[in-house]
Amino acid sequence: MESLLAHRLIVVTGKGGVGKTTVAAAIGLEAARRGRRTMVAEVARRTDVAGVLDAAHTGDGAAETELAPGLFHVSVDPEQAMEEYLRDQLPSAAAGLLNRSRLFGLLAAATPGLRELLTVGKLWELAQLDRRTPGATPYDLVIVDAPATGHGVAVLSAPRAFAGAAHTGPVARQASIIHATLSDPEVTAIVAVARAEELAVTETLALQAALRDTLDAELDAIVVNALAPDRFTPADARRLEEQPDGPGVQRALAAHARARRQRAQLARLTRATGHRALRLHAQAVATPDLAALADELAGQLA
Amino acid sequence: MNLSGKRVVIVAGSGGVGKTTTSAALALGLAADGERVAVVTIDPARRLATALGLEELGNEPHRVETVDLAGELWAMQLDAKRTFDDLIELLAPNESAARDVLGNRIYRELSGAMTGSQEFTAVAKLYELHRDPRWDVVVLDTPPSRNALDFLDAPDRLTGFLDGRALQAILAPTGLAARVIGRGTGVVFSVLSRLTGIDLLDDLSVFFRSLSGLIDGFRRRAAGVKELLGDPDTTFLLVTSPEREPVEEAIFFHGRLRAAGMPFGGIIVNRVHRAPETDPEVARAELAGELGERLAGKVAATLRDVEVLARRDADAIEHVKRELGVADPVLVPLLDQDVYDLEGLARLERCLRDEPVG
Repeated sequence: MESLLAHRLIVVTGKGGVGKTTVAAAIGLEAARRGRRTMVAEVARRTDVAGVLDAAHTGDGAAETELAPGLFHVSVDPEQAMEEYLRDQLPSAAAGLLNRSRLFGLLAAATPGLRELLTVGKLWELAQLDRRTPGATPYDLVIVDAPATGHGVAVLSAPRAFAGAAHTGPVARQASIIHATLSDPEVTAIVAVARAEELAVTETLALQAALRDTLDAELDAIVVNALAPDRFTPADARRLEEQPDGPGVQRALAAHARARRQRAQLARLTRATGHRALRLHAQAVATPDLAALADELAGQLA
Repeated sequence: MNLSGKRVVIVAGSGGVGKTTTSAALALGLAADGERVAVVTIDPARRLATALGLEELGNEPHRVETVDLAGELWAMQLDAKRTFDDLIELLAPNESAARDVLGNRIYRELSGAMTGSQEFTAVAKLYELHRDPRWDVVVLDTPPSRNALDFLDAPDRLTGFLDGRALQAILAPTGLAARVIGRGTGVVFSVLSRLTGIDLLDDLSVFFRSLSGLIDGFRRRAAGVKELLGDPDTTFLLVTSPEREPVEEAIFFHGRLRAAGMPFGGIIVNRVHRAPETDPEVARAELAGELGERLAGKVAATLRDVEVLARRDADAIEHVKRELGVADPVLVPLLDQDVYDLEGLARLERCLRDEPVG
């Protein structure tokens, strides 16, 4: 756990609606506070991270932008990644030829999984110390706000699928290198974000299994977000039950019941995954500022 | 929420806002009104799946027999991979054409990794059930899309993926496939093979060639799906929780629906916190005598949390009303229990009808 921020690449995934984006941004903020030059990247035309980090941020996120000291953001676009890849792999005349070729454009659009491969390829490139993008400064840490569980795993496994389908040639070679990076636990950490709710816990268990199956990878950390305050002891609850008509007592008992359900799901998660989850409370009541979440994380990351 | 006369109900929204449960409750209500309803769920909680009899295998609806209804309730859980395979078998001109695609390595390894493949299979299933005379209404729970666009674009993506022009360019006598098969020396081809290696190019051309027999079927199907999504008897319901991100997603999706001329049927806000009946400090003062300062303070702190959440929710609801121009979003209070049985669904369904929660 203490070494989470020591990775070069942290992929943050989990069930939709659990707060992946916020958690990815909070991890990024904490890393930047510790002096690491940090990139938080998102995919699939989204600019949510920018919104969480800086409400005033506008634009399509396509350029690498410093949103806070040491904290950068980019939204990875597969088409742009394709152009960059071709420029890097081929002499410029040949790259220009392919980029202009209608036939090639159609073929690229129709090839299943190619967008995913290009997206992952760009994330890999961002994490290289020796950046291929001319003039680009390397990052100490790249955090990916990845798609939700199912598609997240599909994106992560695209390089291996391509390496398998292509056997030989530059794409196969490139895809194998990317896959090796993603499945190297020294380099890449995969973080699941969950809530202490039945479906979110179930999906986290499914994610752990899918990562083992398709990537030979393990979860490095689980973050449980939006835990409700757990104020009442069993003795408190018994005393409240004796005063059922007291002002606010029913609300207190409902909150107690919710906290108990969350505790049970947290126990289930810990038991089944073998992970002691990082716990975040700030988002249970009101929309927190990112700094509060980063503070909570900081206390749990060594 | 008035759904009478609707033949297709599509329940859309961010992940984690209660779409699946809402879809099941709406389907139960329609069945109670006498309709024969099929509900397609994407990823139900285990106990809800049990309640709906979804543990049986198969990629077809099963009738829910455990409840007495004027109509019929059928439920299924979508199996994306199988729906894709079934569709290929259905649209292939013959068995060997279907076998070629299903057995192709590119198809097997990569079709699951494609963005939007779950969205595409969901609408394909919707279309199939809608045309089946066994059901009057189909309710579709949509996949937990990161991006609402994926769902609306599914038919276009399908035609784009298998677009006649794209395939022609690849399959025409002088197209890419011919050049690969004939080890052609066209300049694009030679650059491309340098990039990908000849094996991948071979596999791709075999893949596209084996798909070529299916193009017409796919194109007709995509056109049918698109027409169905815009039909006046189809309605899109948006579901959200009062949190910031799902609300923004719902507003965005609504804009896309309008731009695409798709029928919007209303918005449901789940998990709304009621403001506390008592002021926290008043409660503390009244409870302190009986329960002691410490416990009374905990109750007051709980009420303060609820106040904050209720205010946040009220703001979110106002925001939704303003942005969508909707006067009466359906508000579902935060329930004390997760909904996981037919009784719970029936309670939720009464909320959706704006009847008092019993």
